[in-house]
Formats: sequence, C-alpha cells, structure tokens
Amino acid sequence: MGVRERAAEPAPAGKPEQEARINDFAIVVATANGTGSQTSNLTLLRALFKMGIPVNGKNIFPSNIQGLPTWYHIRVSKDGYVARRETSEVLVAFNEATVHQDIKELPSGGVCLYNDDWRSVPERDDIVMYGIPVRDFLREVGARGKFRDRFTNMIYVGALAQLLGVELDAIEEALMYHFDKRRKIVDPNMEVIRLAYEWTAENVEKRDPFYVEPMNETEGLFLITGNEASALGAVFGGYTFASWYPITPSTSLIDALTAYSKELRVEEDGTPTYTIVQAEDELAAIGMVIGAGWAGARSMTATSGPGISLMAEFSGLAYFAEVPAVIWDVQRVGPSTGLPTRTSQGDVTFAYNLGHGDTKNVLLFPANPKECFEFANTAFDLAEELQTLVLVLSDLDLGMNNWMTEPFDYPEEPLQRGKVLSADEVDKNWGRYKDVDGDGVAYRTLPGNENPLAAYFARGTGHDEHAVYSEDPEEWSSNMARILRKFETAREMVPGPAIDDVDGAEIGIIAFGTTQPAIEEARDRLVEQGVEASFMRLRALPINGEVRDFVERHERNYVVELNRDGQMHRILQLEMPDIATKLISLAHLDGMPLTARWIVESLQDKEMSA
Amino acid sequence: MSTRSRGRDRTNEIGLEFTDYKGRPTSLCQGCGHNSISNQIIQVAYELNVHPHEIIKLSGIGCSSKSPAYFLGMSFGFNALHGRMPSIATGALMANHHLKAVGVSGDGDTGSIGMGQFKHAIRRNLRMVYIVENNGVYGLTKGQFSATADEGLELKYAGTNEFRPIDLCQEAIVAGCGFVARSFSGDPNQVRELLKAALSHRGTAVLDIISPCVAFNNKDFSTKSYGWGKQHEEPLHGLDYVPIREEIYIDEYEPGEVKQVELHDGSHILLRKLEEDYDPTNRAGAMSRLESALDQQEFITGLIYFDDSRPSLAETEGLDDEAPTLVSLPDEKLRPSREKLQDVMDSFI
Repeated sequence: MGVRERAAEPAPAGKPEQEARINDFAIVVATANGTGSQTSNLTLLRALFKMGIPVNGKNIFPSNIQGLPTWYHIRVSKDGYVARRETSEVLVAFNEATVHQDIKELPSGGVCLYNDDWRSVPERDDIVMYGIPVRDFLREVGARGKFRDRFTNMIYVGALAQLLGVELDAIEEALMYHFDKRRKIVDPNMEVIRLAYEWTAENVEKRDPFYVEPMNETEGLFLITGNEASALGAVFGGYTFASWYPITPSTSLIDALTAYSKELRVEEDGTPTYTIVQAEDELAAIGMVIGAGWAGARSMTATSGPGISLMAEFSGLAYFAEVPAVIWDVQRVGPSTGLPTRTSQGDVTFAYNLGHGDTKNVLLFPANPKECFEFANTAFDLAEELQTLVLVLSDLDLGMNNWMTEPFDYPEEPLQRGKVLSADEVDKNWGRYKDVDGDGVAYRTLPGNENPLAAYFARGTGHDEHAVYSEDPEEWSSNMARILRKFETAREMVPGPAIDDVDGAEIGIIAFGTTQPAIEEARDRLVEQGVEASFMRLRALPINGEVRDFVERHERNYVVELNRDGQMHRILQLEMPDIATKLISLAHLDGMPLTARWIVESLQDKEMSA
Repeated sequence: MSTRSRGRDRTNEIGLEFTDYKGRPTSLCQGCGHNSISNQIIQVAYELNVHPHEIIKLSGIGCSSKSPAYFLGMSFGFNALHGRMPSIATGALMANHHLKAVGVSGDGDTGSIGMGQFKHAIRRNLRMVYIVENNGVYGLTKGQFSATADEGLELKYAGTNEFRPIDLCQEAIVAGCGFVARSFSGDPNQVRELLKAALSHRGTAVLDIISPCVAFNNKDFSTKSYGWGKQHEEPLHGLDYVPIREEIYIDEYEPGEVKQVELHDGSHILLRKLEEDYDPTNRAGAMSRLESALDQQEFITGLIYFDDSRPSLAETEGLDDEAPTLVSLPDEKLRPSREKLQDVMDSFI
C-alpha cells in the first residue's frame, strides 16, 4: 500500500488555535475543463446539501471543451446565504496552470489542498497547506487513460470530506444520484474517495478551523438548475412547439425540455403532444416559433444575447402582426460574442424594445428555479392573452447552476388561451384587429377555422382592422395606438413586484432576477451597519403602479443590476420622469455574479456622497 | 382525363364557385407573370375541390410575396419577412400538420436572403408547395439584378451582371428535394398540372416558375422574358395530373410513351414522352440535365426530379397523417398530472 506508507509533507504553519468555523465558509475548486471535475464538484455540493446544510454552487467555466482552467465555487452557509462571495477560504488547487494565482487569492487563514506531485507550489505562511500525493493514489487504484483525470478529481472529494467532516454516506448518495444508481460506476469512484478519506485521516494533521456539521435546513428542498426548472415549467405550461439553435447558456434548457417531453408528453400510442425542431439559425428558430404561434401553438425558443440580436427582425413582426411567442433569453455577457460562459443582466433594454420602429415587449424576470417553473407557464398565458412576444430574461448563473428550491406549485389555473374565436363565433362584424373590448386586445382566429369569414392575411406591413394592406395615415396611427393600449393592459396582467418594506426606511433597493440573494445578504449587513433598506424585486416589465408607489415612498432608490450602463435604472427613469432623480444606479459587470460586499460598499459610497 | 373546369359560373363538387377562390384585386403590374400564376392557383384549387380553410398561403417579401393576397381570399395567409417564409411555414405546419401550404417566393427572397431557410426547409422535407416566381430582378426596388439573373445580362439601370446565375432547381436537388419542377408563367397548362401534383406530394415540392417582370427584365434577350420563354421553352414531357378517384387511361398512349408516377395521396402524374427520353427519378441525371441546360441556356421545363421515399418533417417528428394536430389537442393533454410533477421533483436530490 504505497499510498499509506507515505507521510504527508510537513506543511507550513497555519494560524494556530483559531475558533472553529462551522458551516460558514466558501470552497473554490480549481481544475482544468473537461477532466470530469464537474462530477466531483456536484458530488460535494449534493453531499453537503444532503447533510442539511444550505449550499449554492457556481461553475465559473471557460468557453472551451477541454483544457482551459475552470473554477467551482461552493458557498456553505448556515444562515442560508447563497450569493457568491468574493473570497473563498478553502481552496482545492488541482490545476497546475493556475495554482500560483489561486494560492495568491486565498485570504489569510485559508486552506489549500494541492497536488503534492507538482514541482513548484508557492508557499505562504499565513495559510494551511495540505499536499496530496495524487500519483501514488492513481498507481494504487490502477487508473489509466481518461480515468486518471476522473479519479484525480475524486481524490480531492475524499480528502476534503475527511478534512471538513463531510459524511461518506451523503457522498455515496450524491454519486448514486449522479450516475443514476449504476453501481458499476459508483463503486470505483467511491473506492477512490474512501481511500483518500482514510489516507487523509491517517496522514494529515488538521490545522485549519473549517468544519461542516449536519443541520436540518434543507428538508423538503431540492437542487435544480434554472434551465431544468424552465423546461419543466414549459412542459407543465402546455407548450406544443419549440425551435432553437444551440448557444451557451441556453442549450441545457432545450436539452431538458427534450428529455422531459419524451418522458411526460407522449401519448400511450407513442404520438407526441409536442414538436421540437433544431433550426439552422436563430432567425429560423424564432420564425418557426411565430409560425406555430400564429397557427395556435404555445410556442417557444431559448437563446442568449447573440441569438436575440438575430431575432430582432422577427420580434418586430410578432409585435406588429400580434402573434403569441415566447423567447427565453438566458443572458450571458455581451456586447458581441462577449464572455459566452459568464453571466449578466445586459439584455434588458435591448429585449424591452427588440425590433425596429416603435416596439415594446413584455419581459419577465425569474429570480430562482421556482419562478423559472412558474414563469414558463405565465409567459405562454401572457403571450396568448396579449397576442404578443414575451421574453423571459433568465441568466447563466440561474440557468446553469444548481440552486436549492422549495417544491414547485402545480399550476392550478387552466391554460389561458386568450381571445380565440371558434368557427361558430365568427360573424360579419369580426375584424382581426378590431378593439372590441377596449383593452387593445383584438379577437383572433386560427388557420383551419372552417367559417368562410374567419380567414385573414397576417402581415408585417401596414393594415386596417381587417388585416388588409393599408398605407392610410389614420389607420396606421390608430392601429399603433391600439397596440400601445395593449401594453397598458399588460401592466396589470404581468407578475407584480415582490416588495419587502421596512417601516420608515429612507433607502429602497430595486433589483430583478438573480441579484436577489446578494441583495438579501447585503441588507442584513447594512442593518449591522445601522442602515435600513426596503427591497423591491421587479418581476416583469412594463411596471405597474406598485413600482411607482415604492419609489415615491423612499428618498433614495438604488437600482442594482449586473450590467455596465444601469439599463433597468434608465428604463425606470423613463417610465417615471417626474421622480427620476429618486433613482440611483448601482450597476456593475465583470462576468461574475454580484456579491453582497460589492452592493454594501457601493451603496455606502453613494450614501456618503449623497 | 383530369378534372376539367365546370365553368366559372357554376360550382365545384364542394359547392363553391370559381369566384370563391379569388383574392383581392392585384396591385402588380399589368402583364406581370405572377398574376398568371395566381390565376392558375385559383383554377387548381377550384378544380381539385379544395376547402379554402384547409390551405394556408405563405410568402416572404417582394412582388411575388404580395401575390397571396390576390388568390384564395377565404384561406388564411401569412406574409412573412424577406427570405423567412420557410420558417413561418415550418412552425405553422408543425402546429397543424393537416394544413396544405402554398408558399410563394421570388428569386431574391429565395435565391439570396432566404437561401438558408429554403434549403433547410427542403432538407427537413417540410410538406409544402414552394413556388418561386423567378424573374431575375428585384422589382419593388426598381430593377437590381437578383442571384438568378443571366450572366452578362445588361439592364438599363443595373448595368451588366458579372455573376453566374444560381439555378434554384439544382439547389433544391442538392438540398434533398423530392419534387423539383421548372415551368413558365406563359405556359398555364403546365403550371396547373404541376401545381396539382405538387399539392399531392409528400414533402417539399419546389416549382421554379420563370415569371417575367414586364417592368424591368422583359427584353427578348433575357432568359426571364416572355419572348425568350415563348421561343425557347422545351418541355421535357407532357404532363397530366390524375386525381385519386379517376381512372387512368394509359392506353391512349403508345407503349413506352408515358411514365406514371404515383404521388403520396394516391393520385398520379402522367409524363408523356416528348423529344428526349427523360427520367425524372434519376438524381444524377437530373443534375446533369440542369447543368447542360444552364450552360446552353436551354429553357427546359417539367418535372425535373421526383422521389417520395423520404418522410415529411411531420412524419419524422412522429406526426403522421392520421395523428391529431398539435393545435387540436385539448388543454388537458398539454399538462401532465400533479402526480407526474411530484415524481419529477422527487427524482432530484
């Protein structure tokens, strides 16, 4: 047993006698992309979750298939904070290419688990270093070829489990889940983990203060990515047609949609109740979605920034010809190809007005998997009720990372199909674009309707109330005024803001989407500093009256968002020009999810200068 | 033989008059080839007793794409974006695969901005009639060359075309099309028979119809002009469409003189041999014949290539002709049960 005979290298002295840090720290695992490290990282995350400890994992990965550095951040928080932290105290340095930088970034008092085979590993006397003889382990388990990388990554799982106190049973459960209960795969991985676990117990003297202990804070919750939740939401939201073109970070949404549809949306005789078409590009993808929406399908696509750029042309058609359609924009960093594997909230203004001319689209902003599930259905309902394009703005952080969630609520309301006339309901007075009810929403008919009066010619060109081509100035402007009226109708139909008011607070924080966890944590820290702040999380555009009331109630409203230009801040200022000066922008974008620290510091800076 | 018009003042077998198949008055130029094609579509729908609600009309942008407003006024239509008709058609036909689709495009709409969607719709074998009203110029923007214009063609405003034309029939065959035809708007009989056959095809049926632009490209030296077409059209065969319920009288012809092709819905097209012995089921032969026609500036017309062995997109997606359409499914079939949701959530860690 070569491994066991070998003693651990004497490590430089860490800070002695620190108070134990239990269930309150962050881990960063540095590996190379394409080595199977994602399996190891998810195993750790899930094992911690199974121990009842609140966790969140964020994969900071490269646009690459194999070889470039990748980092996985796990936040362990007894208080339930799931936002990213700027520093991680526990480093697994398993990528030689980045080990110097990784160790440099460790905070004082931190821990580094590294591969002891490397020649040059920087030393710091203010951290604890644990070297693991990876090569000896691999020799012992006889790993060859691709298994060398995979087992290497299991070694740090075992070692870290021993050092932190992660239960092996929880790890095994996580592996069983990951490998779909296939013992032939689980067992050899568990063997490596156990070996590393035992070796660490015998050979490493724990000199750091970081521990995990079982809690009971994850009971009833489960871990899911936003994209999986969105897909599931579409399946239960009655989608019948999807078209798409592969693009990070939205691809896994359609992958999940495909898998769930095969499982849940096939009749007993094998006939599917849906169709998914992989298009030749995003132009065709949205074109198919609009064609299907016109014919009466609940129809969607999923894409990201470069995709919505290509969809701009068709978006205007959906808006103007009034065809229901749903786009999931899982945002990544732009402009241009930007940072394809990093997160942002940078598409807000573009999506809001996607299309040339006077175009305004309904936007939804899910903040967590539960809202991804719910909004998938809401988006279809709104698209069909308003006969327009609805964009759901998720992001890479929400879409691709695993989040704890409460169980999703089964949708109780029937599908809202909007104003669709059957053959019996069409009469001579019907006109496709007539505003009968005064809400701007006209009645539509669907192709195949047998009533001889039901047919109309949908078009992106100017038209009268009967969809007949028209260049008449009066008809043009009255039609556009009606479509705008529809947007006013939308204000009271879209999900309203989630508001947490603090009595007497002068400060309001306004945000949307996945900045929520960082803001909640920031608010707690601000309270510790004697600053009380109310919080309003926007869940849709256009805004309703509640949004205005909130802004009026607070002296200073900080609009926090993950982009450079403060896009939501600008939209809100334009929506409320008379109270625009009450809105202050806190915008930042570097490709990483926002942290509570950044929000607290930026807000306090502005407060000082206020 | 094939169904004949029962006269314009009478009704067809489903009780509709000829005028029921008309559209709004055309806004295209007098003499435009497109109007002639619209008229043949009207005629065909009337003769085949098509219910107007069973048809959808689709188009892109351009003169040709305006024309669906001018036929089948009781049918739904969608005037899409420039070059994007195929994607709208794909979505509509997957949502409701019982609809028959007639798409009208032009040489700019298909050969340039829409080439990608054209070829990919064909590749998927979307069941639709895809008509290209091909005149070699952009009419609405006043006479620029399109990608199908003759090499060396001189036009008053556009100057000389320096580029080799794209042959849309060749492009269709390369993309895997199983019904490729070329015709001439000045040959209404052939257009009509091809249209009928195309409507019975299993997948994408491409009709590349030379349709002269009287405003910008109708000089006799242009291969897209009336004069050229009238003088040079060389039909590869005589064409007769035979509907499902009619008997075929092959003995009207000499042995070996007629080829019978069965279409997806059980109807037939009879190809009468003319001067050359042309086999439209030979893919390589079709490509080769098109290539020589392009080189020699021969105006061959007829059914150039036929193969219905490949399934349509709907069939590929599990929606055969008998399957209910997605849009006809009741809402309860579109939302799995509460228990199913619980099962899925329970499957997560």
